Amino acid sequence: MAGRKEAALVCYVVAGYPDMKATEEAVDLLVAGGADIIELGIPFSDPIADGPTIQQASNAALQAGVTPEKAMQLAKRIRKKHPALPILFMTYSNILVHAGFEQFLEKSKQSGVDGFILPDMPVEEAGQYSALAEKQGLATVFLASPNTSKERLQKIIDRSSGFMYLVSVFGITGARKSFEGYTQDAIKRSKKLAAGKLPVGVGFGISKPEHARFMVGAGADAIIVGSAIVNKISNGKTAELKALAASLKKACRK
Amino acid sequence: MLSSYPVGGKFGKYGGKYIPETLEPAVQKLEDAYEKYRNDPDFQKELNYYLTEYAGRPTPLYFAKNLTESAGGAKIYLKREDLLHGGAHKTNNTLGQALLAKRMGKKRIIAETGAGQHGVGTAIACSVLGLSGEVYMGSKDVERQKLNVFRMQLLGTKVHSVDSGSQTLKDAINEAIRDWISNVQTTYYLIGSVVGPHPYPMMVRDFQSVIGNEVRQEMLQRYGSLPSAIVACVGGGSNAMGSFYPFLDDSSVRLIGVEAGGQGLKTGKHSATLCAGSEGVLHGMFTYLLQDKQGQVIDTHSVSAGLDYPGVGPEHSMLKDVKRAEYVSCTDDEAIDAFVALSRLEGIIPALESSHAISHAVKMAKEMDRDEIIIVTLSGRGDKDVQVVQEYLAKRGKKRARK
Ligand SMILES: Cc1ncc(COP(=O)(O)O)c(C=O)c1O
Repeated sequence: MAGRKEAALVCYVVAGYPDMKATEEAVDLLVAGGADIIELGIPFSDPIADGPTIQQASNAALQAGVTPEKAMQLAKRIRKKHPALPILFMTYSNILVHAGFEQFLEKSKQSGVDGFILPDMPVEEAGQYSALAEKQGLATVFLASPNTSKERLQKIIDRSSGFMYLVSVFGITGARKSFEGYTQDAIKRSKKLAAGKLPVGVGFGISKPEHARFMVGAGADAIIVGSAIVNKISNGKTAELKALAASLKKACRK
Repeated sequence: MLSSYPVGGKFGKYGGKYIPETLEPAVQKLEDAYEKYRNDPDFQKELNYYLTEYAGRPTPLYFAKNLTESAGGAKIYLKREDLLHGGAHKTNNTLGQALLAKRMGKKRIIAETGAGQHGVGTAIACSVLGLSGEVYMGSKDVERQKLNVFRMQLLGTKVHSVDSGSQTLKDAINEAIRDWISNVQTTYYLIGSVVGPHPYPMMVRDFQSVIGNEVRQEMLQRYGSLPSAIVACVGGGSNAMGSFYPFLDDSSVRLIGVEAGGQGLKTGKHSATLCAGSEGVLHGMFTYLLQDKQGQVIDTHSVSAGLDYPGVGPEHSMLKDVKRAEYVSCTDDEAIDAFVALSRLEGIIPALESSHAISHAVKMAKEMDRDEIIIVTLSGRGDKDVQVVQEYLAKRGKKRARK
């Protein structure tokens, strides 16, 4: 993605919310609208980095019986339909820790997934995870935040593959109305260190094209949109996802 | 030596810092500040002042003669944390952390609470030290611990009712962590047990170790010897860790943690994490958890809200694995019986949490010699629980009458 004229659009959906078929349909619409990468959320009982929108969706998915196994089957179907589409699993560490990293990563790879985003896995704890993911050829996207020191940013960039995920704000996931200047400063700082090594994706709170322009204007190589998409699905407006993705994608073109 | 853990933020393989990146600088600053002040004479003097002059330390080590006679075995002594200001051991930790927060220049304190005891402890510390407090509490717990909600409000602390997930302690912690992520620059998260990312499990243990240190000193002064066993209830594990820690390297002293067996381990309705759990990651730590086959954390049950937690402090996980401490469970029914027994025999109404420890200590005493000594940490007083117990006894009475 780095060096391209346009930023990539990364779209998040909760696997199995409100059901498996609906998620598949949502992915199709997002891709048709211009999504470049799909983040498939595997629901976890205690999503500490998520706001009410994704909490509720995760909870509903769990109630409906979604398991990591079923999320993998869904990934397989999406992979079949969209052979070149990068698919990332986003979930919390315990899902992998409990199953065992080796087994979980291997199965994910077999289902066609390209990598992982784990918001509660800092680089210090990631020794085994990173080594086994690398062995499987899976990308490990680590997160950074606006208060991450230069020294740590360097570590996060070194440990990440695919892209690095800059959390835009001091906060949890959830559609926001606006952003402050510190977000752009953080993007610029990350870009400086990541230049030539890794694209910088920016996410949390992005819900409108103007937000995307704001991030891309500061140098973001990708924008990541979650709650705004899940909100549409929760409100029974899945059909609008294609238009939403298209408007966000348009804002990604510099 | 076991007492030298954590090493590199870990108790063997347990502990660590599984946290979102936004919290990393805050946790690092906390670690640095705690390193700076833990051996600082001024800080220790100030903490000691509040613990003695304000909170009433040292607490008595009371020989429960009637309970001992009724059990018919080893001598049972009660470490009376129920007499500490606030009504539970929680105040040892809240005063320590609130003083630390103040030195770190933080004025906004957030905390989680289950039974409400840690919430009250936090409210007390905020009030006396001039800090602003906000407490997260599961909506189910708000309902079953109404009195403590009002106490917190009376003390000037805001209580947020948490409707997500299982609406108990686990979800209150989730919500407190989310608040902390969102307000990390201004806010200090005052965790109520030996859980969470490093340095919390170590720091809370250190602040609670005043319990075990006093027991040790008093035993040596009075008898010139150490007790045979120390028994404490385990929710997150702070009163137990504070009681155990000063004895970790004394292999002659048995350490026994009592978990909430709820309706029985076989029913699945319990909170006995160490007895029935498996390894996993929750609330920033690698430790034993109660979880399903997929790694989803499951709903727990206990008649005592303070033990109703699916995780446990990582140091306990290590002590279990190396077999330095033993972990057992006690059912709701047994805890209620101990609650009533201690009230009748000694005129002491124990917290339901502590009643679990009492129940197990009585069982142990029967099997031990009369000249042996068991210390039970009576972690809190039971005034907050009388309504729950009244309802429980009424229901149980009806059930038994039907049989
Ligand atoms: C009186 C009392 N004892 C014990 C506990 C359990 O906590 P811990 O295991 O951290 O001591 C609580 C928690 O609310 C409590 O109120």
